[in-house]
Amino acid sequence: MPQIQIPSPLRQYTGKQATVQVPAASVGEALKGLVAQHPDLQRHLYTDEGKLRAFVNVYVNDEDMRYLDKEATTLKDGDTISIVPSIAGGIS
Amino acid sequence: MPTVTETATTLTNDEILRYSRHLIMPEVGMEGQQKLKAAKVLCIGAGGLGSPLALYLTAAGVGTLGIVDFDVVDYTNLQRQIIHTTEDVGRKKLDSAADKLTAINPFLNLRLFETKLTSANALELFREFDIIADGTDNFPTRYLVNDACVLTGKPNVYGSIFRFEGQASVFATEEGPCYRCLYPEPPPPGLVPSCAEGGVLGILPGLVGVIQATETIKLILGAGDSLVGRLLLVDALGMKFRELKLRKNPECPACGKNRTITKLIDYEEFCGIRGQEEPAGNDVPAISVEELKKKLDAKADIFILDVREPHEYQICNLKGYLIPVGDLPKRVSELDSSREIIAHCKMGGRSAKAVNFLRRTGFKKVYNLTGGITAWAEKIDPKMPKY
Repeated sequence: MPQIQIPSPLRQYTGKQATVQVPAASVGEALKGLVAQHPDLQRHLYTDEGKLRAFVNVYVNDEDMRYLDKEATTLKDGDTISIVPSIAGGIS
Repeated sequence: MPTVTETATTLTNDEILRYSRHLIMPEVGMEGQQKLKAAKVLCIGAGGLGSPLALYLTAAGVGTLGIVDFDVVDYTNLQRQIIHTTEDVGRKKLDSAADKLTAINPFLNLRLFETKLTSANALELFREFDIIADGTDNFPTRYLVNDACVLTGKPNVYGSIFRFEGQASVFATEEGPCYRCLYPEPPPPGLVPSCAEGGVLGILPGLVGVIQATETIKLILGAGDSLVGRLLLVDALGMKFRELKLRKNPECPACGKNRTITKLIDYEEFCGIRGQEEPAGNDVPAISVEELKKKLDAKADIFILDVREPHEYQICNLKGYLIPVGDLPKRVSELDSSREIIAHCKMGGRSAKAVNFLRRTGFKKVYNLTGGITAWAEKIDPKMPKY
């Protein structure tokens, strides 16, 4: 089952879990499954129109999904999906 | 990279002794040390990331270091901004940094820029240096640094942190991606908390800042495999280091084939901050801490709602009823809308959101405590700790 790595800014919406397992054959399915399990993630990952937010990148293992098949990218057993949002350090 | 000329970068006997541990390694040697001496690196920020960056680059013998910072040392900085000491609280960060850096290495040519980096000064400033090390703490400046690096052809040694995780890479080289290839757009303001709101493990900027210093030195020496095209993810709690591949986006507006960014823009507007000068709390019905004190003294029938987190409640509290702001939608049934409710948090931001939410839900007698428990500690009860 593919694993989804949750970045720390978003762990408050997954009950503090750093990794979530979701049965899925594609990246799109995995993300939908993730949001179904943890609905608070919806507005952080997706715009009102249902598109993935531009400051959130999704990787399959170490490749950016934009350079694979995007949400259609198929997943194998043991694949890791990483959600990588932009962080800036903080206004001290 | 700068060419090594005889006169400009000859090492004195003192320097040769100072850098002996570099010189005896073939990967550095005299030639490498001379390259370091000829190099000019600009550090944006003398804070969490800037501290270890500047300290290590200075120790290593980088010849010219520029630092851009307009801030003053704050007591809460000392937990992680290790170039500053207790005595420096209240001093300009530039002055504090200058003292320590010149003490470590008097051979350093230090250039201080007490200014905010803006679209008006960035290009001219960057042209005077070879490498830019980004140690800033906000999204508008990150995009400004990136675009200015692409426009002036200078590599951008990038590091960023959040709580106990960090990222590092090298952007804006000719063959490699730039920051916009990875993140074409910033998050809307308020979505990603700052260090003051989210906290940060003190050692984390140390870890990431030294990674940035390492990458800077490698670029100067032309040694090793740089982080160009790789995003290093640092998880300090798990002590795990992961790498993601970064590609140059051929459609990138800044560094791609059809560039649309040919000059610097208004980055605050780009990041959605310009339209948000007034924090949302300003038009929320509110009361002051003085008014709250009067009501409490008069034993008025009010309900204090604390929307902070449990670990904050343990630091100090007004004996309020604790519902963290994120839990409010689920727990709103615990509140009695017929009572007068005063909501507070640390400084008034989260509680303003809570008041807005409750009012939209139909609560009519709910008010925000302006300035939060911090204002109470400042104006009403000086024995209460501030944090």
